[in-house]
Amino acid sequence: MEFFRGVNVDWLRLKWYFLAFSLIFSVAGIISMGMHWQRIGSPVLLGVDFKGGTQVQAQFTRTPNINSIRRAMDAAGVKDATIQTIKAVDDPSGNEVLISLPEQHDESSLDQGRKQIIDALQANYANPFIVQNVQVVGPTVGKQLEKQALLATLYSMLGMLVYLWFRFQLIYGVAAVVACFHDTLITVGAFALTNQEISLTVIAAILTLVGYSMNDTIVVFDRIRENLRLSRRESLPDVVNRSINQTLSRTVLTSGLTFLTVLSLYIFGGQVLRGFSFALVVGILIGTYSSIAVAAPMLVAWQEWRARQGKEAALPAAKRFKV
Amino acid sequence: MKKNLNSKIALIVAVLAICVYGIFGVPSGLTGKDLGEAMTKRIHLGLDLRGGAHLILQVKVLEAVNAETDNTVALLRENLKTANLSFSQVYKPDPAKPTLIKIEGTAPANVSDARSLLESKYGNEYDVASGDTDSSFTLVMKPMIETALEKKTDQQAIEAIRDRVDALGVSEPQIQEYGLGDNQILVDLPGVENESQIESIIQGTNRLEIHAVVGGPYKDEQEALASVGGSVPADQELKSFSGVVEGGSSVESVYVLQRASVVAGNDFRSADPSVNSNTGQREVQFTLTNEAGDKFYDYTSKNVGRSMAVVMNDRVREVATIQSAIRDRGEITGSFSADEVAALSKLLRTGALPASLQQMEKRFVGASLGADSIRQGVTAAIVGVMVVMVFMLIYYRGSGINADVALILNLVILLGFMGAFSATLTLPGIAGVILTIGMGVDSNVLIFERIREEVRAGKAPSAAVDQGFAHAWVTIVDTHVTTIVSAAILFLFGTGPVKGFATTLTVGLLANLFTAVFVSRVIFDAHLNKLGQGQKVSI
Repeated sequence: MEFFRGVNVDWLRLKWYFLAFSLIFSVAGIISMGMHWQRIGSPVLLGVDFKGGTQVQAQFTRTPNINSIRRAMDAAGVKDATIQTIKAVDDPSGNEVLISLPEQHDESSLDQGRKQIIDALQANYANPFIVQNVQVVGPTVGKQLEKQALLATLYSMLGMLVYLWFRFQLIYGVAAVVACFHDTLITVGAFALTNQEISLTVIAAILTLVGYSMNDTIVVFDRIRENLRLSRRESLPDVVNRSINQTLSRTVLTSGLTFLTVLSLYIFGGQVLRGFSFALVVGILIGTYSSIAVAAPMLVAWQEWRARQGKEAALPAAKRFKV
Repeated sequence: MKKNLNSKIALIVAVLAICVYGIFGVPSGLTGKDLGEAMTKRIHLGLDLRGGAHLILQVKVLEAVNAETDNTVALLRENLKTANLSFSQVYKPDPAKPTLIKIEGTAPANVSDARSLLESKYGNEYDVASGDTDSSFTLVMKPMIETALEKKTDQQAIEAIRDRVDALGVSEPQIQEYGLGDNQILVDLPGVENESQIESIIQGTNRLEIHAVVGGPYKDEQEALASVGGSVPADQELKSFSGVVEGGSSVESVYVLQRASVVAGNDFRSADPSVNSNTGQREVQFTLTNEAGDKFYDYTSKNVGRSMAVVMNDRVREVATIQSAIRDRGEITGSFSADEVAALSKLLRTGALPASLQQMEKRFVGASLGADSIRQGVTAAIVGVMVVMVFMLIYYRGSGINADVALILNLVILLGFMGAFSATLTLPGIAGVILTIGMGVDSNVLIFERIREEVRAGKAPSAAVDQGFAHAWVTIVDTHVTTIVSAAILFLFGTGPVKGFATTLTVGLLANLFTAVFVSRVIFDAHLNKLGQGQKVSI
């Protein structure tokens, strides 16, 4: 069995469509982030990991009534509580409820909210429950984690740039990192558009998709490098097109299969991994697209720009590399 | 030409055997349950899968610094008085800056004497300088000393928490400094089932106390009650004693104690094991803070010959007779073993938290939620693997078997490594496994597509395989190294869930370099060896 045998698409001719597509999604994401910024002072909804606050997940014996729980909270004087039921795939009855309190500004009373919620349930709501999950995060720890997550993302991009610079050339590294940034922007934008929270595990997913997108891009770049070495007479756009077409079968297969594993994670992985797998489902689609539509055309665009400047057009030829 | 593959096959079998040992160790039996138990003994499950509690605590180290300089202020006054050097006051001018001490109003004639006294006695720990006027001095704790004191405070807090956690009976607790912030402690308590249990760890700071003994020991509570006329007076209380007395037999008895403590937990400054120079008996020497010392002197001088009880965790641990008045130094003597002395001094030291703790973060996962997560994560992984394996078989036919074997081997090596190094498997870790599967498939796809290209170009099967592997290898190295670079950065900068993810991803990718390239190649070669003239590779 075989898909895509002898494909011959002129990808570079589509570059203006690609640019339009990327711009529409990036701009939509940025606008949505801007609107969030206006409303909550942060470009996306942040999970309790980063924002700080209190979350108590309780499993009740009988199907709980949200209004009764709210009354129980009001009666105990617990303010600003958000109450929502959690629907699990394998337990649609929804006996689990997530009660959240907004972030506190003072760490000395950090644990109070949790106590108040549990006391209020015990005192005012006659439905036995067990506490399944508690998250109490103070503002300091949230800030530390936020900073750490940003730094980790930045460093990992930098690390990859340096590696590609060393193995290929600087422009390859820059093109790959720009493509990754494009993917991250659109994925985070998707979180903003769909009003989903970004938690620590979502950050792990975003870093994974950066790795995946990079992986895809390198496969194409590797082929470009190899073809440049083999056929010096061909023009760069022709080499790039041919390389994309040659690797297309692999690109679609791998992305398709990875997409299937991530999809199974999204469907069966449960509520805890929902945000994580959502980021990957979006990220793998975008990451595959960007290695063909963003990274490779950037090499050509850079070459053409150099030509217009009247500089030598021999780049980006491959560095000598023995197989 | 046929290749000799025996040594390569032997290597693969050896790696496989080591990894299977890594996963299971030597299981007690071969039933599914035995194997499952053997596996969870070696591969630790993270809090999110097993259930448990996670805390980040801030040690308020400034309290410890404050206490230390308070002691210094008291000592300074005493030293200056003893040396007949007059002064108007010794004090700490800025509550927000506890490292600064000021001495004012020394007589002009004494300034140089005072300076040499300060420098000789305090110069090691403090920077001594002249103040705003000729007759004043400032002492500022040296940054190095302050850092050391903070470190010591952190360590003491960690020890104290560890003692409390041990008392809870939590297995495999993790208590360590938390890297992200200064003076923060991370406490991971797997398997804690009730989140209210966690409370006792950071509350009840005054756990160790010394109380005056009113009467005892009594055989049981009835006897003790009878001794106080049937009901315990309001200012007294009953406390049970459990411990080993001379002769090595353990006893349970009850004491009647004064309710108010003579020495509270945070009155201890230090405690060390030592040996009494006169009797040769082992003992614990302790130092009290200045204030507590004054109080203790007052009490002991009035009560020579009476008994005091060391109470820990609401139980009497030791009863001692007051030999003489004690100020801030004392010892607890008894027929202790070396271990007991070390333990007791540690308890004295740690029973009191050196500074109060503040919760910065608290997470609790119920065991049943953890079990749900395992089931869902494993289901997702199995479904993902099955889909991929079936697809590879359909798409690459004979070579698909090759890819599937490599994939299974990859998972065995990954789990084997986790087991051998007692790594912790977390929920994001399972996600990392799933992503490893994706990358593993990618390597196979890269190689197979390349071999197909070479076959299409008209190459003979063995040459096509050769070329396919050679070309794909470059790409595979580049993609793997890039991802390992980012996973390693995640591991270095990440905490908790992110770290678990980076662990499995890194190990999985390394395993993949072995399985997708080396193992897969050996299977291909073995297949080529069997291939007759003119036959094609099934790909």
